[in-house]
Amino acid sequence: MTAAYDANGAILQVRGLVTVLGRQRPLVGRRSAGVRAVDGVDLDIAPGEILGLVGESGCGKSTLARTLLGVQRESEGNIVLDGRSVGGLDPGEARRTRGDIQYVHQDPGAALDPWWSIGRSLEEGLAIRGNRSPADREARVRRALSEVGLDPATAGRYPHELSGGQLRRVGIARILVLEPRLVILDEPTAGLDLSVQATVLRLLRDLRARLGLTYLFISHDLSVVRRLCDRIAIMYLGRIVETAATDLAFSAPRHPYTRALLAASPRLDSELVQRVPVMGEPPKPGAIPPGCAFHPRCRYAEPHCARSRPVLESAESSHLVSCLRWRDLPAEPTASAT
Amino acid sequence: MSEPLLKVSNLAVSIRGDEGVARVLDRVDLEIPRGRIVGVVGESGCGKSTLIKAILGVLPPRAEIEAGEILFEGRDLAHASPQVLAREVRGSAIGFIPQDPLLALNPVFRVGTQMLETMRWHAPPQWKGRHRERLVELLGAVQVPDPEKALDRYPHEFSGGQRQRLLIAAALSCQPRLLIADEPTTALDVTTQQQVLKLLRDLVAEFGLSMLFVTHDFGVVAQLCDDVSVIYAGQTVEAAPTRRLIDEAAHPYARMLLACHPDRATELGGIPGSVPSPYVPPTGCRFHPRCPIAVAECTSRRPDLQRPSGDHSIACPRHHLTLPEAAA
Repeated sequence: MTAAYDANGAILQVRGLVTVLGRQRPLVGRRSAGVRAVDGVDLDIAPGEILGLVGESGCGKSTLARTLLGVQRESEGNIVLDGRSVGGLDPGEARRTRGDIQYVHQDPGAALDPWWSIGRSLEEGLAIRGNRSPADREARVRRALSEVGLDPATAGRYPHELSGGQLRRVGIARILVLEPRLVILDEPTAGLDLSVQATVLRLLRDLRARLGLTYLFISHDLSVVRRLCDRIAIMYLGRIVETAATDLAFSAPRHPYTRALLAASPRLDSELVQRVPVMGEPPKPGAIPPGCAFHPRCRYAEPHCARSRPVLESAESSHLVSCLRWRDLPAEPTASAT
Repeated sequence: MSEPLLKVSNLAVSIRGDEGVARVLDRVDLEIPRGRIVGVVGESGCGKSTLIKAILGVLPPRAEIEAGEILFEGRDLAHASPQVLAREVRGSAIGFIPQDPLLALNPVFRVGTQMLETMRWHAPPQWKGRHRERLVELLGAVQVPDPEKALDRYPHEFSGGQRQRLLIAAALSCQPRLLIADEPTTALDVTTQQQVLKLLRDLVAEFGLSMLFVTHDFGVVAQLCDDVSVIYAGQTVEAAPTRRLIDEAAHPYARMLLACHPDRATELGGIPGSVPSPYVPPTGCRFHPRCPIAVAECTSRRPDLQRPSGDHSIACPRHHLTLPEAAA
C-alpha cells in the first residue's frame, strides 16, 4: 500500500480496509476469530462531493464510518487523509490526527445529555479541542446554531424541549463548531417526517455549498440518496460492490445486488409489487459466503462465483463494479431506469 | 357497488391529558371496500395510531369517542361493548400486525406457545385440537422455513423478516376478514420489505381479505395499496385510488406533502410551520394556518368532503386552485 498523495486530489483515500470486530484471545478456551465487518474496502472521496454509502443493516456501513473516524481500529489497510497516512494508530492518536473528520449521530436525541443545555453540549467539543476561552466558545456555538437555522438562544434550552427536526439541526451544529472538512452523516433523516426531512436535506446541501464541506452520507433510503448525493457506493457484507455517479448508478446499475436493491426500493412511481427481485435475507456477517459474498442470492451466479472473489473493476471511467460476470449480464431495465 | 367491509364516518376521538383535552381525531372518514388494500398516510402525531386503536376497541381509558361511527360488516364498533369487541372482533374478525415484531413477541416463550394463545382465545370452537396443525399450515403460507420446528423456537432465533412473517401468520390464525397493519415494514431492509409486501398482497388475494395499512411512506403505498387516504392533524383530507392520489393529489396538504418527497422535490422546501397541538387545534380546517391558499372561511368552517368523482374525495373547497410557486 502506498501512502503517496493521490493524483486526483481525493480528500480521503481508503485502500484494502479491513475491520475485524469481536476478535478475542481469552485466557482459557478457544480463540474467537471475530467478524470481518469491513472486509477489504477501497474508497475515494473527492473534496466537496457528497458520497452516498448505501447498504442494508449489518452490511458494515456504520463500522466503516467508525473506522474512518478513528474510534474503531482497523485491522488491515490504509487510510490517507489529505495525502497524509493516518492509519495504523491507536484510537486516541487516530482521533487527534483525524480531527478534520466529524460524525453526526443518527439519533441526536440519544447523543445529547438530557441534563446538559444545548450550549454546554456544543461547547464540550471545543473544550476537548483545547479552546480555553469561554467567550470564544460561546460565540462559536451561537454562530453554529444560526448556521443551521436555529435561534442562538437555543443554546440555553434542553434536548427535551426541541422537536426531532430541531435536534437534527443541533446534531449538525455540534460538529460545525469543530470546523470539519469531511462530515460523516449516519442516516441523518431516519425517522423524520417527509416535510421535516426535506428541510434537513436542504440545510445539508446549503451548508456544503456555504462551508465547502464534503459528506459521506450513510443511508438506506435510495430516494434520499438519489436526491442529494453526487456519487454512491453500494455495500454488501463488508465489501463495496459498486460505485458510480448517482445518475449512472440509478440508470445503468451493473451489479446484480445494486439492481435488486434499486428494484426493491419504494418510490413514488413504483408499481404494485408483482415480483420480488431477490430472495432471502443477507447471511450473518459471521458467516460470509466464500467467493462473491452475494452469490447465494444472486440469480446470475455460476459455480465459479462461489470460488473466486471479485475485485472492483472499472466498467466505465468512474463506474466501478465488483462482479465476476458484469460483462455477461443482460442490460436489465430496472424499476428505477426512468 | 356493495357495502364496504369497514366504513368509518365522521369519527371524533378526544383524550384527556395532563394539559387538558386533546382532540386527536376530529373528522376521520375511511372506507375499506372488500378485497382491497387501503393505505392511511400521515405524519407523526396525525392520529393514525388512535384511528387503529379506535377500530380495534383498545383506546386508552381516558379516551372518548365523541362522535361518528365505525361500521364493520354492518355493526357499529364505536358503540359496541368491550366484551363483544374482545370476543367477536379483535383477533378473530380483525387481525392486527404490529410495527415492531421484537416488541410484540415475548422473548422468553417459544413462538408456538405465543401464537397458540391467540388461537385459544379467538379461534372458533370447532377448531379445538387442531390449532397447531393450522399454525403449521399458515407458517407454510407465510414462507417460514421448516414450520413444524419453527413453532418450538424462540423469537431471537429468527431474522427480522421472519419474525414479521410469524406475526402475519398470527394475525391470520383465526380467519379474519380484515387485517390492520401498523407500519409493519419500517424496521426491515428494502429487499426484505419488498418480500413482505409481496407476501401481504398475495395473502390478501388468496384468503379474500381486506387490509388497512398505516404508513408514512408513499413509496410503500405505491407498491402495496389499491387506495389511499391522507390524514392531517386528525382530519381526513383526501382519499383516492393510489395512482390518482400520488399523481393528481388535490388537497393543498397532500400536494405539499408529496412535493416534499425526495423523488419529486425540486426545492426541498418542506411545509412551513409545524403540526398543531391537539390540545389547541386550529378551528375550521386544521391545515389553514399552513395553507398558502386559505381564506377567512377556512378558519371558521370545517370543509365538507367533496367528491369530484365516485372514488375520489377531497376535504377542501378550494382544491382546484393552483398553489403559489414557492409552496408546491
